[in-house]
Amino acid sequence: MTSLQFFLVISALLFCIGLGAVLVRRHVILALIGVELMLNAANLNFLAFARLGPHSNVMEGWMFVVFAIAVAAAEAAVGLALVIAIYRRLRTTHLDQMDSLKG
Amino acid sequence: MNELTIILGILVIASAVAAVTLRNLVHCALCLMATFLGLAGMYLCLDAQFVGLVQILVYVGAVGILLVFAILLTRGGGKELSPFFSSTWAVGAGLAGLIALIFITAILRTNALPPLLTDPSLPSLLQIGKRLMEQDVIVLEAMGLLLTAAAVGAIVLAMPEPSPKAEEEA
Repeated sequence: MTSLQFFLVISALLFCIGLGAVLVRRHVILALIGVELMLNAANLNFLAFARLGPHSNVMEGWMFVVFAIAVAAAEAAVGLALVIAIYRRLRTTHLDQMDSLKG
Repeated sequence: MNELTIILGILVIASAVAAVTLRNLVHCALCLMATFLGLAGMYLCLDAQFVGLVQILVYVGAVGILLVFAILLTRGGGKELSPFFSSTWAVGAGLAGLIALIFITAILRTNALPPLLTDPSLPSLLQIGKRLMEQDVIVLEAMGLLLTAAAVGAIVLAMPEPSPKAEEEA
């Protein structure tokens, strides 16, 4: 196993842990934690390929990760504000009980 | 791949598993912060100092605290945690495990991965700043706009709704 493969395996495991959290856990905040884990797995992939990949332009990967972190921060802020607004209205943080839009 | 990255990798995976399986949500948030710290260490191992420090500042500092606040603000709303996992948890976990298996087999068995570059030229902090202010300046400004919009939107969403009586008076 080369160094690049090691980082890719860690990233794949992290992504699937996040995916499992989104699919299995029924708490809103746990689902958001899963989304954050998946975003971080993608960032690790970018950095691993930037540093260990075939081309010498390391900066491209770094810039992509910095902007991805900024977007993730915005997502977390809006997501948690939504959680608080829904909690205030429905008094629940359970995903199964937020089915007002279900047909 | 040296011992440090292996230890950091085990730390990242173990704390991520703990973050999504523990019952106490505050413990989940703290384990998630440990995952982010481990990832920052891995970024440092990949010679990305700037990104590693940004990760610590944004994720451990901001997102982690925000998560703890949201957990504490929405706690005590009844016994909604009684069905701890969803009823179809085996399907979800099986799907995630299957995807992990496919990913890892593909990564370990492929021969399409590029040959390792032993010593790329690493950009300095000065070059990062020049790049952000020259080539990527539009993206940087768009990101500032996005963050401002997200902050204003989050405040509007979390603001207490005006009572119907106040609306009638207005």
